[in-house]
Amino acid sequence: MKALIPNFVLNIWDWFPPLTQYLIETTFWIAVVMITVILSVAFTTYFERKVIGYMQGRVGPNRVGPWGLLQPFADVIKLLIKEVVVPEKSNRFLFVVAPLLTLIPALATWAVVPLSDTFVIADINAGLLYVLALTSVGVYGVILAGWATNSKYAFLGAMRSAAQIVAYEIAMGFALVGVLMAGGSLNLGDITEAQAGGFSSWFLLPLMPLFFVYFISGVAETNRAPFDVAEGESEIVAGFHVEYSGVAFALFFLGEYANIILISALTSIFFLGGYNSFFEGWTFLAEDSFLREPSLLWLIIKICFFIYVFFWIRATFPRYRYDQIMRLGWKVFIPVTIVWIVVEGVMAWMQVGPWSNLSG
Amino acid sequence: MFHTILFYFFATVLIGAALGVIFARNPVHAVMFLVLAFFQSAVLWLLAEAEFLALVLVLVYVGAVMVLFLFVVMMLDINVERTTGGYARYLPLGLIVAGLMIVELVQIIWLRGSGETLTGGFAATPEGYSNTKALGAILYTEHVYAFEIAAVILLLAIIAAITLTMRKRPGLKQQDISAQVAVRAKDRVRIVKMASEKPEDEQ
Repeated sequence: MKALIPNFVLNIWDWFPPLTQYLIETTFWIAVVMITVILSVAFTTYFERKVIGYMQGRVGPNRVGPWGLLQPFADVIKLLIKEVVVPEKSNRFLFVVAPLLTLIPALATWAVVPLSDTFVIADINAGLLYVLALTSVGVYGVILAGWATNSKYAFLGAMRSAAQIVAYEIAMGFALVGVLMAGGSLNLGDITEAQAGGFSSWFLLPLMPLFFVYFISGVAETNRAPFDVAEGESEIVAGFHVEYSGVAFALFFLGEYANIILISALTSIFFLGGYNSFFEGWTFLAEDSFLREPSLLWLIIKICFFIYVFFWIRATFPRYRYDQIMRLGWKVFIPVTIVWIVVEGVMAWMQVGPWSNLSG
Repeated sequence: MFHTILFYFFATVLIGAALGVIFARNPVHAVMFLVLAFFQSAVLWLLAEAEFLALVLVLVYVGAVMVLFLFVVMMLDINVERTTGGYARYLPLGLIVAGLMIVELVQIIWLRGSGETLTGGFAATPEGYSNTKALGAILYTEHVYAFEIAAVILLLAIIAAITLTMRKRPGLKQQDISAQVAVRAKDRVRIVKMASEKPEDEQ
């Protein structure tokens, strides 16, 4: 890698003080990850329309570019050149800031996500707490958008979304308590390392109930179908973003899909071993085969699978009624997670199962 | 040096945000300033390498408490004109509270720290030190009784809050989910076998 860079660039690089070098390097990697996520969002929208199209016996977008591959770019250009209408009686500043508040936490969380066994932007101790803290901040965008719009429909959407996200966050947090008990660390890299050694050492099997609770709460947290009552087209037009157009709407869209990718990535890291390979420990594969090595490839495959499940769920289930969403969150998921944490604690104490090697 | 600049930057924003909470005319703006203030104090804690406290502050206060706050403030139709007045009325009380807090702060900073020399910035932590682990080790050993009592009080508060707000009204139609799920087709539908026949008045 270093051989590709001309000598004089390296000389200039050495001339910078270490702090500046560190800042430049980190900024560079942040830019790389962000641009990758944003491009992935573009193709996720295409993927969604294709998947749902085929599930409903249609073909989905197929006009722009080969197989419709350029469709997301056409959409982006359309949204960018549209006028942003700010309602006259709205709270102008909060109206403009709200979409950013949904997007920023979704992008900032990627800082602690270990993308491969060597690469993570910020390898911090309390990564899992950071993830929880940022996902809980994401709700502000929706609430403020709903309030700043100064419209009844938008406000109803915001209220629904706030109550829903607060409810499901608790279940999500409890599910992650189970993960950190099994992983013995708050660092996402360490949690992944704890799952090294093939399918049987992933947390998927021992933490099965928590896995389902986490993923379904993730669907609820991103306001996706069947939990999309915050938008609920048939009841409150488009919910919190009813008055948004052009770039402002595109930012909400970007935030929503970035959140989908994020929840998929986190689910793969917490329960499916993150960047660990499917075939780890399969002795009939060659010793040095890349199929047995942990790498970014495995994480991407797992993320794609979960994104597919998001769309699959959307195409399959009708929207939940609001009181049923609340019932599911408070009366089903939270008790399930609490029971499973107790089960896990007892198992770790009795030295049974995958937690027998836990210290203390 | 870099730390000091960061500290003063975030401290300035924190004070600005705190002033914003008091002076903002719109209650929703005041709540958002409070959120900003919480964020800034979390950053200050991060600078002091107390990452657990910092993240829990964001998680609990910004992510849960302030969301509910915002919820309530938005629902109330507060008359902005009326709430902006009345500074003078609450001034004596405010001054007493502020004075008390200043005395406490001075006590901590001056009296406790008088023996120590300021080295500039916060004390460095050893390599591999985990704030979360250190906190957990103290909470679950030395202060375990206080911790458990706090937990029981919180549990009591939850139960009390639910009991206060939950009332069974008569005539309320409620869904019994388990009964709905347990229902089978034969309980609801009766299939009658009969030969097909033609209506007589048909031509």
